[in-house]
Amino acid sequence: MAHVVHYIYIISAALFILSLKWMNSPVTARRGVFAGEAGMLLAITGTLVSQHVFNWEWVFAAFLIGTAVGIPIAYIMPMTAVPQRTALSHACGALAAALVGTAEYYRETPHGFTMVALVVETLLGFLTFTGSLMAMGKLQEVLPQRPLTYRNQNLVNMLLFAIAAGLGLRLILVPTDTWIFPIFAGLALLFGVLLIIPIGGADMPTVIALLNSYAGLSACAMGFALDNKLLVIAGALDGSSGLILSIIMCKAMNRSFANVLFGAFGQLQATAAKTEQRHVRSASAEEAAAILEGATSVIIVPGYGLAVAQAQHKIRELFDTLTRRGVDVKFAIHPVAGRMPGHMNVLLAEADIPYDKLMEMDDINSEFAQCDVALIIGANDVTNPAARNDKSSPIYGMPILDVDRARTVMVIKRSMSPGFAGIQNELYYMEKTLMLFGDAKAFVSEIVKELPAGVAA
Amino acid sequence: MPSNLELSLYVFMLATFVGLEVIHKVSPLLHTPLMSLTNAISAISVVGAILITGAQGATTLSKVLGFIAITSAVTNIVSGFLITDRMLKMFKRREEKK
Repeated sequence: MAHVVHYIYIISAALFILSLKWMNSPVTARRGVFAGEAGMLLAITGTLVSQHVFNWEWVFAAFLIGTAVGIPIAYIMPMTAVPQRTALSHACGALAAALVGTAEYYRETPHGFTMVALVVETLLGFLTFTGSLMAMGKLQEVLPQRPLTYRNQNLVNMLLFAIAAGLGLRLILVPTDTWIFPIFAGLALLFGVLLIIPIGGADMPTVIALLNSYAGLSACAMGFALDNKLLVIAGALDGSSGLILSIIMCKAMNRSFANVLFGAFGQLQATAAKTEQRHVRSASAEEAAAILEGATSVIIVPGYGLAVAQAQHKIRELFDTLTRRGVDVKFAIHPVAGRMPGHMNVLLAEADIPYDKLMEMDDINSEFAQCDVALIIGANDVTNPAARNDKSSPIYGMPILDVDRARTVMVIKRSMSPGFAGIQNELYYMEKTLMLFGDAKAFVSEIVKELPAGVAA
Repeated sequence: MPSNLELSLYVFMLATFVGLEVIHKVSPLLHTPLMSLTNAISAISVVGAILITGAQGATTLSKVLGFIAITSAVTNIVSGFLITDRMLKMFKRREEKK
């Protein structure tokens, strides 16, 4: 009976792979979730039934509490808070791995390779736990979003990590030195905090993806420590997913991992911002509505500001009104728009905007030249032409949305303050740019009011 | 016969390549649900947590640590799968809307 579970694990592993495979298209994605759930259910039931599990009351109480906490998180969490929830779940996953590793260490004091796996598991687990909590704090704006830096920060971090790794090595060589373990765990926890402190809000997509990868790898290491192939597979899948997403995010910002982690982007440039007064053209909702009315094609460029203002439903109204009038409306989504990979897509889908109108950067960029109006809502650096033209700009080389090629550019923005990276956006001073000052949600709803609802003659 | 370690390393290598191939094909449209789905899947670490908590003669320390681990992992499983499905339900094409 006991070895039946290994065959069940094989089926579970296959279901997990299918689950991710079906995620490649929105048409089959929900089937993917189902496959994942089935795999999970099989694995858990198999474990409970065929292994000799004692202490049932502990196991069941934990299941009940976990379920009771999990259901409200899934249903009450607003879509704008999805990045925070994701960070929280990375923290939970990493904590689980770290604690299992800790318990395993005190139970068996394993030697050799198992100990190597255990050290990797706890190191990654603990640092991802605090790191993800920090990321969550920044996303929830409980902690300041700007990067906090101090002198020799990178040196301090490196040193700390080196000490933690050294203690880990010592544990591998002499596992019986149990007094080292708490210090090792404490340093890993501290390192997680220090690692995230210098990272600013706009770099969150990369960091979240990276933490995702770490959480997966620590589950994978647990698989090595417990000699469980299903854990190895599931952890490796999660780890590679996080890795791919963080590579995509880095490419979309034209930066390296090292630069994201140690660069403390967006605080040096703030001093360089020029104070000279330059002329911008601003417009009212009425004028904006008049221009939109006369347009035949409009491309909307959403950014993090849209999530902050919770403007997605108002944008849907604008989309509907314009579409009814025969205007072709599309959305241009930059890969790093928002605070996590795919953030904007989820928000716009929540507002019932059909997903075939949500275009990726590479697919839409050629269309800006033929479009009448590019309407930018809460996005900044991803539209800055300096990334293309100005070699001295810190964002030079970053792939951007070519909004400046549209006939008219409209930017809804609270004020002229520079974006996260602290870089002036040349776009705002262009002849064809109209600045619409105000809150995104309020301004869009005013535009909708100004547009006649009926079908154009 | 290869050792358990060798086998695990083979499994790890193959799973990583499968992961890279499969994830690469996921549309950027679905990157957020993808992340919550992989997160729920990696909460399979609950299996390890069950074995630690449920071991015969487990110490109180093991039981407490295992208990917290199971709770966090189950939270991830439940909220991860449910919220992924909630997000995916929102992705509709125009025709399906009415």
